[in-house]
Formats: sequence, C-alpha cells, structure tokens
Amino acid sequence: MDRAIGHPGHWEHFSHMADIGIRGVGASIDEAFAQAAIALTATITEPTTVRVEESVQLDFSSPDRETLLYDWLNALIYEMAVRRILFSHFQVHINDCRLQAQAWGERVDRARHQPAVEVKGATYTELRVAEEDGTWIAQCVIDV
Amino acid sequence: MDLDDLTQSSEYTWRLEPRGRMRVPVIIYGDRDLMAGMDDKVLHQAVNVAGLPGIVTASYAMPDAHWGYGFPIGGVAAFDADQGGVVSAGGVGFDISCGVRTLRTGLKLADVEAKKSMLADALFEEIPAGVGSTGRIRLDDRQMDAMLSGGAQWAVEQGWGNADDLERIEEHGRMEGARPGAVSPRAKKRQRNEMGTLGSGNHYLELQRVSEIYDPGAAKVFGLSTGDIVTTIHCGSRGLGHQIGTEFLKDMAQAAQQHGIDLPDRELACAPIRSSSGSNYLGAMRAAINCALANREIITHLTRQVFAEVLPQAQLELLYDVSHNTCKLEPHVVNGETRHLYVHRKGATRAFGPGHPDLPAVFSEVGQPVLIGGSMGTASHILAGNSGNDVLSFESACHGAGRSMSRRRATKTWRGRQVQDELAERGIVVRSPSMRGIAEEAPGAYKDVDAVVDAADRAGLARKVARVTPVVCIKG
Repeated sequence: MDRAIGHPGHWEHFSHMADIGIRGVGASIDEAFAQAAIALTATITEPTTVRVEESVQLDFSSPDRETLLYDWLNALIYEMAVRRILFSHFQVHINDCRLQAQAWGERVDRARHQPAVEVKGATYTELRVAEEDGTWIAQCVIDV
Repeated sequence: MDLDDLTQSSEYTWRLEPRGRMRVPVIIYGDRDLMAGMDDKVLHQAVNVAGLPGIVTASYAMPDAHWGYGFPIGGVAAFDADQGGVVSAGGVGFDISCGVRTLRTGLKLADVEAKKSMLADALFEEIPAGVGSTGRIRLDDRQMDAMLSGGAQWAVEQGWGNADDLERIEEHGRMEGARPGAVSPRAKKRQRNEMGTLGSGNHYLELQRVSEIYDPGAAKVFGLSTGDIVTTIHCGSRGLGHQIGTEFLKDMAQAAQQHGIDLPDRELACAPIRSSSGSNYLGAMRAAINCALANREIITHLTRQVFAEVLPQAQLELLYDVSHNTCKLEPHVVNGETRHLYVHRKGATRAFGPGHPDLPAVFSEVGQPVLIGGSMGTASHILAGNSGNDVLSFESACHGAGRSMSRRRATKTWRGRQVQDELAERGIVVRSPSMRGIAEEAPGAYKDVDAVVDAADRAGLARKVARVTPVVCIKG
C-alpha cells in the first residue's frame, strides 16, 4: 500500500507523526513530480483502483522548483476537492519553473475506493526537490 | 524528548531560557512521562516560535504537543502589534477553527442502548462524512459572503440551528472582523458543496456516556451527571479553511522576506500584524472561523433532526463550542499591564476562567467548558477554565490526546474491520465509509488522553470536571 517500486520511477510514503510524507522518485524531474502525485493519491486510496475516465489540464509557473512542487500538489488537491475526483495517471512536463500537466482519473466511488482521508493541503515540511546521481526526488509532508 | 536542556520549575512545568535567536523562554507543560515521550521537534519548533518578532512572555506547548507545521501542534504564542508582532498562517494551521462542541441529550444509556445501531445508521446516513461526500446546502456568492460574515448566527437565521445555542459558542457564534473579500474565489469554490459536512481524518460525531464526574459543582452547572448521554461533534472550516491556509502560507513566506523577517523554517511563514498581508490573513482567517462555526451549527441541526426521528424524547442542548486552531485578539494582563495581544492557539483550547466577561452568566462562577477530544475507543474529557491561567498560558489548555503513532504505522499494525469488531464487543458502534480510515484512527495510535488531561489539570491550565466514553462513533 505504501510503496510501489517499478522501472523507471516509483513513489513511497514516509512517516510524519500526525500526517503523511509523500515522495516521488524518477529519472527526470517530470517523472518525480508524476510519482509524487501518485503517492498523494495513495494516501487516500489504492491508486490502481482509480480508473481513467476524465482529465484535467494544468499550466502554471512558480518562483522555484520546491514551490512548484507545493503548487502542483495543492492544485491537484484543489481539483480533487471541487470535482470530487481521484487521479491515477499523470503526464508532467517541467521547463525551468513552469509546469504543464494532464491528470487522469474518475469521480470518487466510496464503495470501491474506500477513501481513507481527505487531504487538506501540501506543506513546506520536508519539502525537497533534488537530483542526485541522475535520480530525482520530489517530496513533502501533506496535512490530512 | 531529551530533558537535559530543560529546567523543571514545577512538577508539570518545564522551561528553556532564551538563547541564540530566542526572544522569550519556551515553557512546556506535562509530566515526566509525557515529556520524555514528546517528539524532539516540539522543542525545536517551540524554540523557533520564541524567536518570532513581537512575541510576548513565552512560547508555550501544551501536554498533548506534537510535531506540527512551523508551530508545534499544542502550541500557544501571543504577539503584540505595537512591538512589531506577527500573525502566522502556520500558527493557526490548515484547518482553521477546527473545534469541538458537546450537546446534552437529556437521555441516559438505557434510553439509547436498544436503538444505538439504528441511531448510528441514521446519523451516518444524514450527516455527510468522508472523502467525496457533499452537503445538501449550496450557497451562491451572496449567501457565501453572508455565511462568512455571520457564522453560526447566520446558520440560525437560515433555520439551521437554535438561537439558544449562540451564547454557548465562542464569540457568541459570530467572529467580528471577518472579511469575505479577503477570501479567494478558489477557497469559496472549494466550500460550495461542503456546508454541513464532517470531513475525515480525526473528525467525528460521537454519542458518549458520562462515565465519571470529578467536580460535582461544576458538573451541575454544566448539566452533567454520571450515565448521561451527550453528543460531541469535532470538525472545522472544511475546504475553505484548508485553501486559505495553503494560499496564505505561500503569501506569508514572501511577506516575511519583504519585511526582513528571517525564518529558520519556511513553515513559520508570517507577516507583521500591521501589514497588508497580515491584515488580509486576519480578515480571511476570521471568515474561516465563521465558516467553522456555521458548519458545526448546521451539523448540530442535522443531528437534532435524526434524534427527532429515532429518539424523539431527546432534547439536544448545547453545552459549549470551542475552537482549537485560531488567532484571536484578546486583552491579557502582562506584568500588571493590560495589553491587547494576538493569541495563536494551534491545537490548543481557549480556557477562560471564572468571571471572564466574554462568558455567558451561567459559567461566570465555574469558568468556560473546555472540551478535550480523545480517540474513538478511549475517552474524552470536559474541563473548566481556571482562575490564574492568564499567567500560565494566556488562558489556554490542551485540545486532545495527540497521535503517538503515524498513520502509516497504524495501518501496518491494525486492520479497520478488526478495530471495528473489537470496539463493537465493548459496546461501541463505529460507522465509517473507510476501513482503512478506521485503522489509521485506531485508539492505540493516540497518546493516553487521561494522562494528558491529568497533566493539564495539575499544571493548573484547566480543572477536570467529567470524563466521557464513546457509545456511537461516526468517523469521516
């Protein structure tokens, strides 16, 4: 439930006392951001249960990469809240500090998704976007 | 927590004197066991808060403190606008005005025992809870602004609540100084379908039985006797508050930089109270307080409707409604001088003592009811505000048990069905849309609420009045 490792990218959760840390890992920053978004969904439900039925497009810029991750996750949280949907597939393209993305998912089905928590927001806690030896990570703690 | 750096000034009071960037000391309340079990990050965060501009007297942490965002959860800090004081979005939290209200029902356990499953089903059916649920009330732009200005008073005017409730809500049900215009269109849109919804995570609606009375005099004033059934609602300002928190955290991180405030942690994002960012946040945050007060009033209305159907002899009367994530402008006496301070309570309950002018006459002799929520299988507590707390923590007390285990570890330790079955064997009916949610909120994932409340009582923050244990629990 809390870790899905596979080629080329993966996501994981890390512990925070009251809430949950999410981390996306990938060969590129695009992939790390997409994986972080799956980790976000996984705090609510099992991402593989979320079908691809509708999509949302996002396009915005932020002052730096870490704020870009904060804004990316909060944009998804906002779309999930107002559309009552969950996302499971993401295509992300980042150029400097501009993000263009499409997110696919479906409306919440409470019986099938068994949503565990509602995410209030992504936070600056443990917020980090970095590349080491060709591997990118994108992480922060989310408030649930 | 490593206690070596701290000085113990009484059995329940621990101090760290100013050093480095600290402008005031840190004071943490708790017994030795609670302190030893507390996350090191509580002290680290309380030290960071102690370095913020305009902080007065001390940076406090309550006995249930744990690692939060910038401020510890369980943190209390007061700032003076005249001394360059700041207001902080992280010092209030994402769930603005999250709080607890308790209602007497006039029933005893025997009255509900035979019908508690039916009651649980009806409450679960009628009160929207959990991810993907929507309320039945839809507000247009004009109604949204009226709600954000009017709070629970607005809800009562709309017919979703009782006028008698209002004097038993902080601010008499309506926070002054709210500015709906300072709330973004996105925050309002996020709230559009969420009026009268419970939310998820640690939010709940419970039927509880008064299991013990510690202070018969205060309990009498509060209308509580052993065996009574009460209803408690724990929730906040829903999507609107979350969105305001998210937006202002970012806004204030920039504002702090512009005003030359050097932050050791970005999450401490704050702005001078007397700045456009600070004033916009206060206007939006007060609007979110009204949203939370309206929301709890509407949920109360729905709860009364369910009782009217299932147990019509019940009379649900509000005992009190407290908010534990707020920043409020309050007069406090500091070194003999009355000063108007912006008191941040992040996971801390206001606890006005006897005689406080803001309390209704009925509580003038015993003090404000202080409602402390526990986890679903254990207990909750009702305390009373103490005289003399102004010098301890600006009239504040703890707010709950506080987690002792992460959600991740809880789901590895328990399964939701097993938790639900074990609680059922103890006579506690749990309803939730999510088994995983139940596992994450398992009673064992929380600190011992009795120990937290004992420490609050013995430190003088508030007085124990009654202990209540769950009978029915609706989890979001």
